[in-house]
Amino acid sequence: MAFNKNATGYTFLFSIVMVLIVGIALAYTSLSLKPLQKKNEADKQMVDILGAVGITTTRENAKVDFPRFVKERLSLDFEGNVLNSTSGNVDPNDTSDPFNLDVKKDYRSKKPASELSFPLYICEKEGENIYVIPVAGSGLWGPIWGFVALESDMKTIYGAKFDHKTETPGLGAEIKDDFFSDKFKGQKLRDASPYFTILKGGRKIEDMHSVDGITGGTITSVGVGEMMNRTISIYQLYFNSVINSSEQ
Amino acid sequence: MGTENSEITPKRESLFSKKNRKLLKDPLGDSNPITIQVLGICSALAITVQLQQAVIMSLSVLFVMIGGNVIVSLLRNLIPDRIRIIVQLVIIASLVIIVDEVLKAYQPDISEKLSVFVGLIITNCIIMGRLEAFALANKPGPSVFDAIGNGMGYAWVLLAVSIVREIFGSGAISLPGMGQVKFLPEEWFIASGGFYENNNLMILPPMALVVVGIIIWIQRSRNEALIED
Repeated sequence: MAFNKNATGYTFLFSIVMVLIVGIALAYTSLSLKPLQKKNEADKQMVDILGAVGITTTRENAKVDFPRFVKERLSLDFEGNVLNSTSGNVDPNDTSDPFNLDVKKDYRSKKPASELSFPLYICEKEGENIYVIPVAGSGLWGPIWGFVALESDMKTIYGAKFDHKTETPGLGAEIKDDFFSDKFKGQKLRDASPYFTILKGGRKIEDMHSVDGITGGTITSVGVGEMMNRTISIYQLYFNSVINSSEQ
Repeated sequence: MGTENSEITPKRESLFSKKNRKLLKDPLGDSNPITIQVLGICSALAITVQLQQAVIMSLSVLFVMIGGNVIVSLLRNLIPDRIRIIVQLVIIASLVIIVDEVLKAYQPDISEKLSVFVGLIITNCIIMGRLEAFALANKPGPSVFDAIGNGMGYAWVLLAVSIVREIFGSGAISLPGMGQVKFLPEEWFIASGGFYENNNLMILPPMALVVVGIIIWIQRSRNEALIED
């Protein structure tokens, strides 16, 4: 070897060049695959929304099934006023479509609620309106999110579906399993905060406002409770206005 | 880390020389990364519930292994000794991120099932071990053989375990592109009045350990030289 590959200067040079090459390669991969990944995420979101309402569909059929069951998509402001309403097929490029509001990104941005809009999906199943609320929050290692479906009385939970990015397999990651989300069915929200609790042991069977958390997944379970309460408190304003207007 | 270390060969040799064949063959049997060296066990236990997942995982590991071995082997005279582990890690991590992104784009369902385990290929000792023990001291040609050999050695154990677990755990077998194929008649199951029930224990990670254990047992009973004192 003509050069000393263990010289400090060379070591630095090598590192810099390596980081540049790797950075460019990864940035290129990420950018070129972004459109496909976006589409997959949108399909998954439709599958999950329908899943919260108890309709099983596949990624392939999601585009067709979604507009069939979701009759209206709303976006609300933090005081529960309707900002926008759409129905029919989802246009991934239409930024005014509530479906394209990214609640996970909004949560990460830590902006105050007054600067955000909140999507709400109104589904119709067996002649009843079902309200699907997207929730997003933090687990132990990373983001968790999900959809909570409320019956037409806006109190009773019709179904729920949760997912996560990097929770521990076998512990916190189990929030995405049906055994956990099935427990929410038929439970009721309280009239005031906290609307719903995820308990760590000691739950009474007759308690209609809570479910058991996951053993060994306490922080993830607490995260689920936190994101539900934070989000529902905003949608509650909208629900109150709907109930008031129907009573008059 | 690996126990064996192949020596450096200074003279040219043919593509399928005895040495290259040995590089391919040994990791399949007598120096298998999972059953003999007991590396990469974590992912082998976690993702072998379905054949389909195991196939994708094996292909991913094979890709990272070949890519990593070739790149490190090509750069072996340029990599500063003091930061060689960091360099190896950066190379592996970049390849794994590429695999992860590609899976997310083209195989979203499987990517979701593999979840963190694709990312954990980065810490798979088999790959790091081969880079450090082989690619750093050998030409790209033999390094490719070494990578294929070890990758396949990892893959066949994963496939074998996943086939056993899926057949007995789910009464089905999932082939890439075909979904889950159930081959037991529905009326055999207790739920529909039959006599058969899937073994749920097979779906849980402990059974993967037992199945790997059985493979290790069979292998060592056939070749007693492998038994340690």
